Amino acid sequence: MTPRHTLHIVSGKGGTGKTTIAGALACALATSGRRVLVCEVEGRHGISELFDVPPLTGPTERRLSRTPAGGTVFGLSVDAEDALIEYLDTFYHLSIAGKALDRFGAVDFATSIAPGLRDVLLTGKVYEAVRRRIKNRPNSYDAVVFDAPPTGRIAQFLNVHAAVAGLAKVGPIRNQADSIMRLLRSATTAVHFVTLLEDMPVTETEEAVAALRPTQIRIGTVIENMVTPTPLDRDQLQTAATGSIALKVPGLTIKQNQALADEFAIEAARTLQQEQRHDRLTALGLPLAQVAFDPGGIDEGAILTIADQLTDQMSLEAA
Amino acid sequence: MTTALESRPHAALPVPFLDVDKIIGDRETKIIICCGSGGVGKTTTSAAIAVRGAEAGRKVVVLTIDPARRLAQSLGVGELDNTPRPVTTIDTAAGGSLHAMMLDMKRTFDDVVIAHSTPEKADAILQNQFYVALSSQFSGTQEYMAMEKLGQLHAEAEAHGTWDLIVVDTPPARSALDFLDAPEHLSSLLDGRFLRMLLHPARGPMRLMTTGFSMISAAMTKILGAQIISDVQTFVRAFEALFGGFRQRATATFELLSSRHSTFLVVATPQHDALREAAYFVDRLTEEGMPLSGMVINRVHTSALATSPERALSLAEDLAGTSAVLEVEALRRHANLMRVIETESRMMERFASARPTVAQTQVQSLPTDVTDLTALRLVGALLSDKD
Repeated sequence: MTPRHTLHIVSGKGGTGKTTIAGALACALATSGRRVLVCEVEGRHGISELFDVPPLTGPTERRLSRTPAGGTVFGLSVDAEDALIEYLDTFYHLSIAGKALDRFGAVDFATSIAPGLRDVLLTGKVYEAVRRRIKNRPNSYDAVVFDAPPTGRIAQFLNVHAAVAGLAKVGPIRNQADSIMRLLRSATTAVHFVTLLEDMPVTETEEAVAALRPTQIRIGTVIENMVTPTPLDRDQLQTAATGSIALKVPGLTIKQNQALADEFAIEAARTLQQEQRHDRLTALGLPLAQVAFDPGGIDEGAILTIADQLTDQMSLEAA
Repeated sequence: MTTALESRPHAALPVPFLDVDKIIGDRETKIIICCGSGGVGKTTTSAAIAVRGAEAGRKVVVLTIDPARRLAQSLGVGELDNTPRPVTTIDTAAGGSLHAMMLDMKRTFDDVVIAHSTPEKADAILQNQFYVALSSQFSGTQEYMAMEKLGQLHAEAEAHGTWDLIVVDTPPARSALDFLDAPEHLSSLLDGRFLRMLLHPARGPMRLMTTGFSMISAAMTKILGAQIISDVQTFVRAFEALFGGFRQRATATFELLSSRHSTFLVVATPQHDALREAAYFVDRLTEEGMPLSGMVINRVHTSALATSPERALSLAEDLAGTSAVLEVEALRRHANLMRVIETESRMMERFASARPTVAQTQVQSLPTDVTDLTALRLVGALLSDKD
């Protein structure tokens, strides 16, 4: 079976569990015999924390985990300065110049000051990892998951074309940006948004979807994270939310039953609000997936549980 | 699953209380900086402190970096922009006032250029392609301009007494340290060796290095294209006179932030990631000798019902299959909530045992979003409440 997407870009507002979902998605994609790379940028070491391994540093990829299904997940922390030096070496055989550039502060200059270049270099490294398979290079991956910047900046970040267009009108960086843009717009790339069913993350998701639409980059799935499922219908929830219901749990005192009813009223109201936000996301007309809230926090077992939920809902393989 | 927040056997230490009212009440406190990772409620915390300060008699201005329309809404001002707007809906009985503004980094940068150069030079800079990109896209510019704006607000406060307390909501930084590093980073870049050589390739002792430099310069031209290098050169020539001022103001603001007139609050939620970032902030601020007051932990879950999750689930099981569907669901949700509370207190205990001297205040998880002044007042009260 051929995978439908080889590059999965995962974005989401801060605090929505974007990195956890990116890690879980990598595990879900790593079925029998498959090699999956998960990349992070901006040096936050969230991926290594998630997989409980020492921080990923330097330009090399490291094995993070072998999935129960028999696949392997690798990790890479993309650093703009490493990427520039590698870029110089690959395209110009300038590894010595790279070191000299570093000494002169030119690498810092180029990656920090030249607007857009940093983003081109970061996505460029991801591009290179994806292209290995197409070019039959060693260490190629069946899929690459990119733990991308948060929703507030994602459209600008992925629109590398626009970022360099105003400046580098010609030259290799422009060519590189054009190639990256072709990959990002191709049918094998998808951007997934992670959100909570809260007002702000949903609003940011709506805005990011709107911002991404003109770029011709495909949006994959909107992943509703930390959802508490309920067997109750809307009427029952509304009744509970009023706080006027009398709960009669045998074994609890009247006072305890009252405290339980008060607490449940808040929970029910929250669930109703979540349903409204779910409706807003449904209106986007995109595939939705739900990941259940885990009150015990995130550990290795929890990541695999999330991976299973994603496998069930995201149609990760071609039909 | 972590090494950052190590667990110790006797974790339940008494944590010092972060007294927000005392900070607000101290007239020597002139700047409060709220920092923390994205999504922990920094903007809400800043606004709640600003409202509480203003209603306690301080003349407050709150500077937010997030384009949070909801904040503008909750304060009752239509749109926030680069100029402080008065918030008229607060209670001014104690003699205080509140202004709110949202940082527009491009406008702030433009204003600096206009204020510190001749009209012709300013025009040349503002129209330079490289400047346009630098002022609107460069990721460090936001942090840098936040510092510039803070310096301006402080100068205005000192000169005219327009306000006596500035509350700053820091940018959602790429890395937790950007806010502190940005001024030094940008000014050292603008003032750096590479740029100087780009401008004056063969001057002084640098002459000997010219051969090496021309190779580098050629490489940079290759990568970036000749256009960008020439734009940068034009920009830097026009901008050169402003460098000194930038550096000076950044240094002055940094000193102000290190002084006893400033204080930092680290905002977090009781989750692993947020606390890990908070630990990073706390350690960095401590290392730099910055005045850290303590931690605000937002969205802490609580329950008025002490029934354990195990008991709640067993009660739910007894009722399963009966008509008591609401009871079953209520018990199941209570069990979940109690598990969350257990996980959160474990996280917070680990944090406190690794950093026992860091004061804390907790704000409990609220049933609804904070979208109006009443809710901001409630958050302010919870912030100041010791329990």
